[in-house]
Amino acid sequence: MNSSRADAALSPPPGKKLRDYVETALPKIVLGPTLACALVFVYGFVLWTAWLSFTESRLLPRYDLVGFIQYVALFENDRWWIALKNLAIFGSLFIGICLVTGLLLAILLDQRIRAEGFLRAVYLYPMALSFIVTGTAWRWILNPGLGIEHLVRQLGFETFTFDWIVTPGMSIYTVVIAGAWQSSGFVMALFLAGLRGVDDSIIKAAQVDGAGPVRIYTRIIIPSLRPVFFSALIILAHIAIKSFDLVMALTGGGPGFSSDLPATFMYVFAFNRNQIGLGAASAMMMLLTVVAIIVPMMYAETRRQHRG
Amino acid sequence: MSSLTIRNIRKVFGAVEVLKDIALRIDAGEFLILVGPSGCGKSTLLNILAGLDTATSGEILIGDKVVNNLSPKDRDIAMVFQSYALYPNMTVRQNISFGLEMRRVPKQEQGEIVDRVAKILQMAHLLDRKPAQLSGGQRQRVAMGRAIARDPQLFLFDEPLSNLDAKLRVEMRTEIKLLHDRLKATIVYVTHDQIEAMTLGSKIAVMQGGEIRQFGSPQEIYDRPADLFVAGFIGSPSMNFIKAQAVEDAGGVGLQLQTADGPFVLPLREAGEALRPRMGKTLILGVRPEQISDSGTVLRTARYAYARKFRIELVEPTGPDTLLFVRINGETVCCRVRPEQACAAGESMELAFDLSKAVFFDPDSGKRIG
Ligand SMILES: Nc1ncnc2c1ncn2[C@@H]1O[C@H](COP(=O)(O)OP(=O)(O)OP(=O)(O)O)[C@@H](O)[C@H]1O
Ligand SMILES: [Mg+2]
Repeated sequence: MNSSRADAALSPPPGKKLRDYVETALPKIVLGPTLACALVFVYGFVLWTAWLSFTESRLLPRYDLVGFIQYVALFENDRWWIALKNLAIFGSLFIGICLVTGLLLAILLDQRIRAEGFLRAVYLYPMALSFIVTGTAWRWILNPGLGIEHLVRQLGFETFTFDWIVTPGMSIYTVVIAGAWQSSGFVMALFLAGLRGVDDSIIKAAQVDGAGPVRIYTRIIIPSLRPVFFSALIILAHIAIKSFDLVMALTGGGPGFSSDLPATFMYVFAFNRNQIGLGAASAMMMLLTVVAIIVPMMYAETRRQHRG
Repeated sequence: MSSLTIRNIRKVFGAVEVLKDIALRIDAGEFLILVGPSGCGKSTLLNILAGLDTATSGEILIGDKVVNNLSPKDRDIAMVFQSYALYPNMTVRQNISFGLEMRRVPKQEQGEIVDRVAKILQMAHLLDRKPAQLSGGQRQRVAMGRAIARDPQLFLFDEPLSNLDAKLRVEMRTEIKLLHDRLKATIVYVTHDQIEAMTLGSKIAVMQGGEIRQFGSPQEIYDRPADLFVAGFIGSPSMNFIKAQAVEDAGGVGLQLQTADGPFVLPLREAGEALRPRMGKTLILGVRPEQISDSGTVLRTARYAYARKFRIELVEPTGPDTLLFVRINGETVCCRVRPEQACAAGESMELAFDLSKAVFFDPDSGKRIG
């Protein structure tokens, strides 16, 4: 008698079986389409681009492999070297300025001031703009005939000059200014969340231990923001490497090609100059740069967390 | 080590008066416990003592020095927090030496102090770990080590044991007590655990609603609680309160009690002398569970006692003692007997009231009579 009751309990009614199945499969059903899209449109096209970079494709894709010809051509191209140099300047300054101003703004906002909500919105607002809008606005602001230079001259300083945007060799710094303006607020929000996460009693303990406000920040709070630094760094690094729209809207890569970045280089060669193969090779170099920067950092960080 | 004097401290948050006229004084080397229910203002008072918060009015003296306007770092205090508040990015060694470094103690001396403290607290093997790699009890130790290293005038502890499990809490309690005996430190210790209060304190301040209800030695507070709140708060299981009328009994005062088996008068004899003016009025008798026990034990030890058969409603063995519950005047009354004396629920047994330590309260004001 006992065993028959156990059997009955083991076989559920058929309707329930289907529902159970749907319930366990639901996450897969929901994630399925996005996964398929990601596979095709991200990884599929990455592979396609990789293939193209080993061909002699010009206006139209061709699929017979020719080895590293395009990569050799790429690194013999002066314009590519300028783009790389610009990326180094832009990337380091952009990341550095964003981190420093973001952290400073966050620390200032963390002093429990009254208008905090309002100010936070003000600083975060540029983030809501697209880089195209930022670039266009800053193009006007930095234009010697329209913007800051014009304004200051009208104020009576006739010799004031601020014409970086039309000066080869300086124009890349205007990209830095506009980019930092756009992204600092976001970094500030990240840091502010981190600062708020610091246990209040740790700060009290430090006060009792005799540390002043500066020491409390430099010795205790900022070091404990390490994971936030890491996240900010990754986000900013990939924004920097991918930067395209900002340069397009702000300087168009000019004057000449003095403010080219790898992304604009890739665009110009793949789509304006009918050298898809070369463009694909430069795109692969960008991908490898991102991987080369981010993978070791992720690895180091996860290993650190595992060790506790 | 210094004495601590608190003079008429008030603290107002907006419209709420969180501390109302707190005043007390402890001598150098005394262990003061601030105990009370959640939200009564203990942490607020401690923060004011530390200088992390300012009092609305009143004065604080450490030794003979008024410290109201000194910042925390100039008060020469050390504080241990409930959440330990260890610096997460520093090793244990750095955590302990940080306060010394801030006070410009020479490097070599810092190392010596850290080693000495690590030895006192038996945590030399933990010195190079980060707080995240420590257990709760070990973090607690580090937090105490950080305080000891500074050798301050005054130690402040804010519920340091409340995040530990029961066994560890008892161990650390003993350790804190030993540490106090050894360092002869002046300590202010906040807790809401009345056992910690009784075992650790040389003085206890029982707080409620921003006021000190009673300030005295643990025994004083246990034996002669100032009011119903203190009587009910200190002691576990808590004191029984029986509302009863004072009646004439053989020339003395007795209390009219009622059980399921019928009414009787509990003769108070000497204990009732103070109640004479209240003849005929209702008052509240306070007896602790251990003062109602099997008649054999009580009659042998008490100066005067009263024994009677009661029907037992419920039996709760705790191990060392068994708690019996009887119903008197409509209240459930807890009695404590040795396990071998306990009978089963539903049976009757003879219990005796040890009246020499009984206390009486005014039902309107809640204050102790006499
Ligand atoms: N910054 C503040 N603003 C307004 N009210 C406050 C503030 N800080 C504390 N209070 C109030 O003061 C009262 C006492 O708080 P406190 O933290 O001192 O309680 P406590 O006795 O330490 O309680 P617990 O045992 O829960 O820690 C509480 O009612 C609390 O709501
Ligand atoms: Mg508290």
